[in-house]
Formats: sequence, structure tokens, C-alpha cells
Amino acid sequence: MVGYIIRRVLWIIPVLLVVSFLTFSLMKATPGGPWDREKQLSERQKALLNAKYGLDDPFMVQYIRWLVGWPEEDGFQRGLILGDLGPSYRYPDRTVNDIVADGILTTIQLGVMAFALAVLVGIPLGVIAALRQNGIPDYAATFVSVLGICTPSFVAAILLVIVFSIGLGWFPTGGWKGPEYWVLPTIALGLAPVAVVARYTRASMLEVTRKDYIRTAHSKGLKERSVVVIHMIRNALIPVVTILGPLLAALVTGSFIIEILFSVPGIGRFYVTAIAQRDYGLIMAMTMIYAAAVAVMNMVVDILYAYIDPRIRYS
Amino acid sequence: MATQTQVLEAPVATRKSSGLWRDAFGRLVKNRLAIVGLILVALFALVALFGPWLAPYPYQQQDVAATAPYHGPIPPLTDGHVLGTDELGRDLLSRIMDGAQISFAVAMVVQIVVLIIGIPIGALAGWFGGRMDNYLMRFTDVIYAFPDLLFIIILTVAFRETWFGRALDGLLLVFVAIGITSWITMARLVRGQLLSLKETEFVEAAKAIGVRDRGIVSRHLLPNAIGPVIVAITLGIPGAILAEATLAFLGIGAQAPRASWGSLIDDGRDFIRGDPHLVFFPALAVAIALLSFTFLGDGLRDALDPKLKGKQ
Amino acid sequence: MTVTDDQDRAAGGPAVTELPEDITIATEEGRRLAEQLQDESSRHARKLLEVKNLSTHFFTSDGVVHAVDDISFELDYGETLGLVGESGCGKSVTALSLTRLVPNPPGRIVSGEIIFDGVNIMKLSGEEMRLLRGKRIGFIFQDPMTSLNPTLTVGYQIAESTRIHMGLSRKAADDRAAELLSKVGIPRARDRMSDYPHQFSGGMRQRVMIAIALACDPMLLLADEPTTALDVTIQAQILELIRSLSDEFGTAVILITHDLGIAAGMCNRVNVMYAGRIVETGSVDVIFENPRMPYAWGLLDSLPRLDEQKGARLRTIEGLPPDLINPGPECRFSPRCPYVRDICRTTEPELSPREEEGHLARCHGTEPGGWIQ
Repeated sequence: MVGYIIRRVLWIIPVLLVVSFLTFSLMKATPGGPWDREKQLSERQKALLNAKYGLDDPFMVQYIRWLVGWPEEDGFQRGLILGDLGPSYRYPDRTVNDIVADGILTTIQLGVMAFALAVLVGIPLGVIAALRQNGIPDYAATFVSVLGICTPSFVAAILLVIVFSIGLGWFPTGGWKGPEYWVLPTIALGLAPVAVVARYTRASMLEVTRKDYIRTAHSKGLKERSVVVIHMIRNALIPVVTILGPLLAALVTGSFIIEILFSVPGIGRFYVTAIAQRDYGLIMAMTMIYAAAVAVMNMVVDILYAYIDPRIRYS
Repeated sequence: MATQTQVLEAPVATRKSSGLWRDAFGRLVKNRLAIVGLILVALFALVALFGPWLAPYPYQQQDVAATAPYHGPIPPLTDGHVLGTDELGRDLLSRIMDGAQISFAVAMVVQIVVLIIGIPIGALAGWFGGRMDNYLMRFTDVIYAFPDLLFIIILTVAFRETWFGRALDGLLLVFVAIGITSWITMARLVRGQLLSLKETEFVEAAKAIGVRDRGIVSRHLLPNAIGPVIVAITLGIPGAILAEATLAFLGIGAQAPRASWGSLIDDGRDFIRGDPHLVFFPALAVAIALLSFTFLGDGLRDALDPKLKGKQ
Repeated sequence: MTVTDDQDRAAGGPAVTELPEDITIATEEGRRLAEQLQDESSRHARKLLEVKNLSTHFFTSDGVVHAVDDISFELDYGETLGLVGESGCGKSVTALSLTRLVPNPPGRIVSGEIIFDGVNIMKLSGEEMRLLRGKRIGFIFQDPMTSLNPTLTVGYQIAESTRIHMGLSRKAADDRAAELLSKVGIPRARDRMSDYPHQFSGGMRQRVMIAIALACDPMLLLADEPTTALDVTIQAQILELIRSLSDEFGTAVILITHDLGIAAGMCNRVNVMYAGRIVETGSVDVIFENPRMPYAWGLLDSLPRLDEQKGARLRTIEGLPPDLINPGPECRFSPRCPYVRDICRTTEPELSPREEEGHLARCHGTEPGGWIQ
């Protein structure tokens, strides 16, 4: 088990290296530099800017400088790994670090709430649907599931706004000034995850119901409730943990869309505007942040999975 | 005593057995949701293929003058526009139909790419195993760790200014970007199928009789693996449609004046208070498209492998 | 999968409150059972188990499968009975029916009585059945690999029923579980209590199952092919364990197997089953020395013997077992019987007595005056 954990942790390194390399290369491969759109700048000014940001240096130099750091005349220029996320080409007076620090907590808060929703609503929904198979709770849960899976987060967001904000006026359309502002964005972001978790839990429970050890449990004369809670749910939840990784990834990548739609002051809106405005420095840095977040969360989930399944923990 | 003496006369009662596909088809037809999905998919295909002839107006045709009386987009069921228009007087229904064509094209092309690349690679890895499998798996593991959407976004952003990115109104780039991230799942699926089937006893039996490798793969393994492949393709389509819609929503992907559903939603956002139809109908179209393939895919999966189904 | 629970309930009596578990008594029969648990004096006058005309059918989309069709038999306290037959003959379903654990849907006990320790268990409510399961009737299943919960420790799974049925405290239950574990032959039992099933080998897991089944000192042990999934060398050990424990505690055993050798070594009496019917019954000596039903002959004959000639072909019974959907009026073995005559194809024989005491067989041909000698 310990060996597994160590291997799993070390695996992140090559993954992030490849991600960083791919991201960097792709951004560098984009035709035109970051200043091509600026019509006011003369050729000479652009050349100076290029030199200032080291955009004329060889590829590997630029890559390493961006990722790790590079000695400059005025000291050591730190890179991504050492904490400096780079300059923003769009906002010369702010670094990416500043921009990220501004909104990262909000983004995390939104993500955590959506995740909690997915787990706290999705799992019970799936369990009940499985226990009352083909009954009303099952069809209701299946309906919600399918709806959630088929509705992209931005569609859900829009529909929620139309109904609950513009229509009923219960919630505000955007902003982040208090708990009532949290509701619609969390639901919009968490709806698909709830659906996926519910479906998986249901399927897993149904599989477990057919297992021989459940028959053994019944043959011992246990209360039905004990059989369900102690014998079924424990086993059913283990496979569900495996989808938490992809789920978190989806939350991460869905978050910036939701943030834009609801004007949530997280880091997502910067990502979207950076894409539109071709701020490559910001795009690269934020892609790395998101990718690193996903990689770490996947690792945590994998380790968690190994821990809760006794067959892996003690082997 | 009980040695082989008399020839049996009355045959022991047996039940008629039907073929694998006939059984599966029977189950599929009984699944009402799956039939609904099938019908919707057929409708979708129809609109996508014959859209330009079926649409009431050309999708890019503007008519700003007509919007004047309404100070903005024309509401649904008015002036000959079933779903209304946008602020430039472009008919929404026609634009949604153009979006259907885009989404359908994405769905089909991406899956073709997935089939062409994913299946052979997966089959190679699964059948030969060993080092080739190992390298492939490591390679795909790393790519897998890159969140799909992010990778697609980066790819599209990087190449959208090139000739490649501008081909087909930007759609070629979208196809390729989504396709690149999708084939891996298929390759892993096929590999997994081959790996597990390879060890089964009926393969051992075939080998024992002396069937050659190629025969084993084509006659024993592939037919068994086809089921999950079909299901995976059908269930993979919603993801592709979703990815394209998200790209369009973010402003990358199909370029104006093409009316991808995602860009329709993005455009309509500004008018959400007064003219929600601009956002509602494209969103509905997305939901219906996704639902139909999901129902169909679920139905196919239940039909082809009833053990997985919860109901009896 | 829900537990069969659809029998008519007699009008309910008052709820009895002094039972060790939190089970509500709802039926007349249940009240009798509860009283009886307190007072065991009437036991010597009756049999432990009387099965009368039990039929269990499965309602599938292809038709109604008559898995168990009108079988009757008895079992004495402390006796070991073998249920022998090939796959699909209904022996496992019989055992499941005895504890009303037949999966429903699609199965159901459609008729018959099962009188266990003087109580008609068909009249009990589902809740009241819990008084019997685990406490009075223990079950050992066939596949030890899948019959244990992989996420609970072995000690917990053994202690579970003692806490519920015997009201033991956690510590007392654990102590008893460790004792049981040691008794079934697991070395260093105390340490291994906190291990998980996957950390045991197949044979040891089956020993754990035996410990679970015997945890509350049941009166009846149902062993459904307990050794089929195990290595031959382990088989003998497990069987020996079952035999010695049942001797020690006076537990009656119903041993289900397709292996005649196992039945011969373990049982006092044997029921041979075929196509959902009992086709022969008698003491183990009689069945093996003087079987009077062609199927039983076929079974015995198909056993390879040590003193056979090398290269001789294995003897089999020709044909396949019948489809149990809509069985007809004929003898079910007739399509495969080498001694078949017209009467066999039109009328099913009754289970009728043969020479020895307690020996019954279902065959026209071996009846007194019949054509088979």
C-alpha cells in the first residue's frame, strides 16, 4: 500500500511535465506573437517588447525559464514550479500571481460546494433508486440523472436563470455577495455530477444486491436495514469512488463557464477572457493550474480508493 | 446396467435458440426509451442532412428592417418566424437547423476518427500485449491526465489563426481537436476487451483445435468486442456534441456566421431578460440531441448485455 | 432480490416483548414459535423437519420452471441427510426453500408445508423467519470466494449473528467468534479475527463459513455443495470438520452434493433427486448397495473405479436432463432410461416402498412384480 502511494505520487511528475510541455509548445506554435493585435505599436516597439519578455530566445530556454526559472542579469527569474506564474501580456502591471490570488478562493469555494452537492444528494438518490427498483423513486432518480447528464452546465445555468431568477425572482442573476448568490451557480455546476453519481451509485448497488455475500447475510437472519447499510452500501460505494476523479475534473473544467455566466469573481472569468484576448501568458499559466488541480485530485482519489478497499489495503 | 443400449426415440425437449443479434434486437425494440432515442436520432440526422432544403430561411440571412417594430429580436410565432429571430433578423429555427448540421457532423466525424485510430491501436495493444501494450498504455495514461476540455481549448486556440484552423469555417480544427482526445477511450476499451477475451476458455479451445491467430481475432474476438464498441460510440457522441457546443460558446470553434448551438447560446445571453427564446431554444436543441443519443446508447447497452441491466 | 414473504398471514396475535431481538410477532404461528423457543420439552415426540408436498416454481419470461415439484421428506434431530443429484435437479432450490430464501422474483414457494421443530414456517411472517435464520438454521454456501463480504473482517462476520440472535455484547461476541474460528481449524485465531476474507485461502474461507453457520449453535445445518469449489485434498478436511462439529453439537445436517462419494461418507440417509422430484430415498447403505431406480444405477455406475481396466471408456447416462417448463405426466427419467416401457411414458410412478425399511423408489420397473430385477 505504501509503495502504491509513493508510486502514485511520483507519477504526477511526468504527467505534469508532459502537460506543461504540450501547453507551452502549442501556445508557442500559435502564429503571430502576443503583440500582433496591437496596431498602435511600431515594429521597433514590438521588437523591444519581445526582447524584454525573452521571446526571441531559443525554445528550450523559454520553456525552462517558464517552467523552472532562468538566471537573468538582474537575478534569478523564477518559473512556474518555483511559484512565479509569469507575466500577463494583457495587463502589464499585474502578474498572473496577482490575478490568481484574487479569485482562487472563490473558485475553490464554488467547486467544493458543487462537489458536496454531488455527493450528498447523488449517493442517497442512487441508493434509494436501487432499493426501490422500478418504483417511483427509481424513475424520479433516473429522470433527474438523465436530465443532469444531458444538460451541459451552461445550458443548465441558463435555464436556471430563466426560471428562478428572471421568472420567479428568487435568486439573483449574478455576483457573489452572499449565500443567496451561491445557490444557482452551485446547482448549475453540480447538476451533472449529481446525475452521474446517482447513476453510478444505483448501478453499483444493483450489482451488489446480486452478490452471494448478500445471500449469506440474509441467511444469518439479519434485519433488512442492517443488510442494506452494513453489507450493501459499503461495498457499493467503493466503485463509486473511482468516478470521483473524473468528476472533479469535470467540476474544474466546468467552473470557468459557470463563473462567466454568473459573474462569479473567481479565476475562471480571467481564463475565458484570456482566451478571447489571446493573452498567452495567462492562458498557459491557468491551463497549468487547472491541469495540476485535476492531476492532484485524481491522485488523492486513487489513494483514497486504495485505502477504503480492504482488498487493496491489505495485499 | 445403464450402458449405451437403446437409441433414444423421443427427443429431449429443447427450446428454440435465436442468434445473438436477433435476441439483442428483440430486447432493444421492447425498450421504449431506446425507441424514443432512435426516433429522435433519426430526426436529427434528417435535419442535419437535408437542413438547407428544409429550413424556412437561409440561416445567415439578415433582415434588420423586420426587427424594427420590436426594437430587437422578433419573438416566436410572429411574422412567419416560428421560433423568432435574433437582433439581426436572422430566423432562429433556420439557425438552429444549421447548428444541427454542425453538431451532427461533429458527432459523426469524431466517431469515425475514433474508430479509425482507436480500434486498431487498441486491438494491437490488446492482442500482442507485452511491451507494446505497456508503452501504449503509459503514453495514453499521460495524455489521459490532461483534462479533455482544456486540451481541446488549447489546441483550438493555438491553431485557429492558421489555414487549418480556418478550414470549413473552423470546423476542421474542431473535429480534429475533439477527435484527438476521444480516440483514447475507444482504444482502451478495445484493448480491455481483447485482453480479457484472450484469456477466456473458448479462445484456448480454438487455439487447441489449431485456429490461426488471425482467425481467432476475426471470428471469435471481434464479434464479442463489437457490442461494447457500438455502445461506446453511441454514448461517446453526447460528449463530442457537448465539447463542440462548449467551444462555440467560448467563441472558439465554428466561426460566424455559422450557427453552432453553443454560439447561439452565447449570442443570446445578452438578450436573456427580454428575449429568452434566443437562449432557450438552442439550449433545448442541445438537451434533446444529448438525450436521444444517451437513451439510444443505454438501450443498446441493455440489449447487448442484459446481465448489466437491473431489471429482469 | 427480496426474501420470499408472500404467504398468507393468520390474524395477528398480541405482540410479545420478551424476545432477545427486536422482532414483532404478527402471526399465530409466530407466537407458537416464540413460546417454543422458551420451552423445548416437546421435542422428543416429533421430527426436526417435515417437508410435505413442497413445490417451488420460477416464473420466467419463457414459462414457469418447476424447479422443485411436490417433494416430501423428513429429518430427525441430529441426523445427516444427503440430497444427491446432478446440476439443475432442484436440490439447491430445496435448501433455499427451507429457509424461504428463494429469490423472488422470479421464484416462489407455491405450495406445501415445511414443519420445522413443530412450527409450520410457511405461516410465519418475514420478520418471524429471522428468528430461525442464523439462530436455528445455519447455511453453508457453495462458493467461499464470493459468499463472504470482502469489506468486513472475518471476526465481524462471525460475531454478527451472535450479537443479534444471542444478545451477546461486543466483547463476548468477539470472544465467541475467536473460539469458533479456532474450532474450525484456523491457526492463531485471535490474530486472524481482524483479517479480511481475501487474506484467506479457499479452504480456510469455507471454514470461516462453517464458523458463521454454526455460530449460534443451530439445530439444522444446510450445506449446499460445501466442497465443490475446493481442491480435492481440502475437500476431505472440510467434510471431516462438518462431520465432527455436527456430531459434537448434535446438529442435523442436510448435505447437498452431486458427488456420491461424499454422500456415502457423510450421510445417514440419502434422497436422490432428479428433475425436481425425489426419485429414491433410503439409508445410505441401502441406496449404495441396492438401489432400485435406474437413475441411481446410472449415477453409481458412472463413478470410475480404481480397479477398472486402463483405457476403458467412462460410462455415462445418455441424454440430457429435461426442460422443467411444463413437465408432462410421464416419468421424467423415461427419455434416458434403458429399461423404459410404455407405461413409463404415460404415467409417472409414485414413490413406493421397496424391500428394506424406509427404502422408497420411484420406478414402475422395480416395483414388486415389475420387469427389472
